[in-house]
Amino acid sequence: MAEDQDKILEEVTGGEYKYGFYTDIEMEEFPKGLSEDTVRMISARKNEPEFMLEFRLKAFRHWLTMKQPDWAQLNIPEIDFQDIIYYAVPKKKPELESMDDVDPDLRATFEKLGIPLDEQKVLAGVAGVAVDAVIDSVSVKTTYKETLAEKGIIFCSISEAVQEYPDLVKKYLGSVVPHGDNFFAALNAAVFSDGSFVYIPKGVRCPMELSTYFRINAMNTGQFERTLIVAEDDSYVSYLEGCTAPQRDENQLHAAIVEIITMERAEVKYSTVQNWYPGDKDGIGGIYNFVTKRAICKGDYSKVMWTQVETGSAVTWKYPSCILQGDHSVGEFYSVAVTNNHQQADTGTKMIHLGKNTRSLIVSKGVSAGKSQNSYRGLVKVSKKAENARNFSQCDSLLLGDKCGAHTFPYLEIANNSAKVEHEATTSKIGEDQIFYCNQRGLSTEDAVGLIVNGYVKEVINQLPMEFAVEAQKLLQISLEGSVG
Amino acid sequence: MLVIKDLHAKIDDKEILRGINLEIKPGEVHAIMGPNGSGKSTLSSVLAGNEKFEVSEGSVTFNDKDLLDLAPEDRAREGLFLSFQYPVEIPGVSMVNFMRTAINEHRKYNELTPYTASEFLKLMREKKKLVEIDSNLTNRSVNEGFSGGEKKKNEIFQMAMLEPKLAILDETDSGLDIDALRVVANGVNKLKTPENSTIVITHYQRLLDHIVPDFVHVLYKGRIVKSAGKELALELEEKGYDWIKKEFED
Repeated sequence: MAEDQDKILEEVTGGEYKYGFYTDIEMEEFPKGLSEDTVRMISARKNEPEFMLEFRLKAFRHWLTMKQPDWAQLNIPEIDFQDIIYYAVPKKKPELESMDDVDPDLRATFEKLGIPLDEQKVLAGVAGVAVDAVIDSVSVKTTYKETLAEKGIIFCSISEAVQEYPDLVKKYLGSVVPHGDNFFAALNAAVFSDGSFVYIPKGVRCPMELSTYFRINAMNTGQFERTLIVAEDDSYVSYLEGCTAPQRDENQLHAAIVEIITMERAEVKYSTVQNWYPGDKDGIGGIYNFVTKRAICKGDYSKVMWTQVETGSAVTWKYPSCILQGDHSVGEFYSVAVTNNHQQADTGTKMIHLGKNTRSLIVSKGVSAGKSQNSYRGLVKVSKKAENARNFSQCDSLLLGDKCGAHTFPYLEIANNSAKVEHEATTSKIGEDQIFYCNQRGLSTEDAVGLIVNGYVKEVINQLPMEFAVEAQKLLQISLEGSVG
Repeated sequence: MLVIKDLHAKIDDKEILRGINLEIKPGEVHAIMGPNGSGKSTLSSVLAGNEKFEVSEGSVTFNDKDLLDLAPEDRAREGLFLSFQYPVEIPGVSMVNFMRTAINEHRKYNELTPYTASEFLKLMREKKKLVEIDSNLTNRSVNEGFSGGEKKKNEIFQMAMLEPKLAILDETDSGLDIDALRVVANGVNKLKTPENSTIVITHYQRLLDHIVPDFVHVLYKGRIVKSAGKELALELEEKGYDWIKKEFED
């Protein structure tokens, strides 16, 4: 009987990565390797002002003194940092005023991925979604800029922000994740090429979803994006990040940084649907997704919500976090991490309670299949002065099959005894009886598992903006194809 | 509609069904009774296609198709429905979502266009009324937190939605109080047509007061040892199973 179950599991988890295609575009690439010269070249290529070059050099010099951390529950071979290309841009990149200016191959790529670069396309009858399309760490097109500019909202690539809004960038870049924070943060600060910059002025509620779509295309390159979101008092923005990459035999490194700052009563909702190439059935290839994402809820009553659906990458290593500095500030983290075949994930969050009456909520759902390893690592830290902090954490693991692993590493550092911290954890399997019940109602085993897994992760998926909830559900189905749906 | 010939089935090398022969025509209600361990639930599991059981001999034809050759979901789509004795819970999966997916799979298989959301909701309302099931059950996750009686009612509701050709009711009356029994039996009766058939598996006569069978079979030690009309059920109610066991001791 166990063998039959395995057979079913095998069939259902054996699906293919739909986004594995490669687009042949003329690229300009630096030679492999990283030295101070590389950093200078990157800055020069982008025509950056002096302060940016200084920022990079400081970070690079610090990076040279650091060692790659190895405390995670991850099995990663040695990364040769000299064997990576640190800058690759599509050759044809003029100032893009209209869709017609975008390289046709690039347009085709994004069409194939279903990403609306065309401002006329309206998603499901809702106001359009502004998109910043980033391919190989270079922002290709950002839509709706004028519409947003009317409200004073800035949504552009970081490269552009460095040129057009240097004061804002100087003030906030690196303020949440300084280059000394960790090994990959230092690397990113030195060689980041692009990402999105969002600025919401006081009292403005951003009228549409903002979204950045990251696509890795070139071979042997590392991807170092940097996103910075600043929300002034009483502002609101919902931001979505999507990612895919071609199917390759070599691993590619993706070390990104996302910084969010919220002022008084501001609210930022940051959602990620990550589908980097996960490697093949035997664990060959796949993206190393090492990301530092952090929000500082600076202002009183401010709120940041992280929602992530991680289905791709060979190795995922990230802890979107909130520093709850303002009184009454709120941090929320909703995560679905799916691992299959030989994927590994060590992900979770850090909620640092500094202000008074702060609240945090953590809902983490791990789904493991195949031979994968899925770990939740979470820190709830309540500092001495943080009066009346409240936290609720729920970590659930669902195991499909008997060769995968789920691990939970909750850390609670409480230095104030008025804090109320709750933690719940469950581990479960999909029962054969449940599958048979669905079969008897006419559902294939694949559909049954899809339904059950979707039910399991519903609480998290419901946090995503509507348009992306549908995409995420489909993605879950695809990621688990072959693992029993 | 259903022809079972010399069916043998085992689980973990233990033979449970030892040569079942049964024929069911459209419009008929067959009751299968028998002492514990006789193989009643095994029979329903084998017909539904539960892989826990291995068919070692025999054949089953359902509407001229080889039933044993079909995957469980295809047997369902062909029109076979099993009302489980112990319906399992599926947390997080809403009844609505579950039923809509199931119905549209059935329709796809039979080359019919799937229902739109509004068509489906209309159907749900109709069937809810028909089998007297209230909304709070259908608004929840599949069987999650349902009492025994609610689970059984939910099985009948699903049967009403799926409109099977052959329904197997596996001890549908177990765990039901008198009122629940009446509601469930009413539902089953309302769904009866001259084209569909029902197999009612039960220990007790009382369900058969409400769902009147055309034939009653006694299953003992993996074989159907006696078949007659509905009076047989009354006889069993009076005399128990001992006389059967003595007569057919093996």
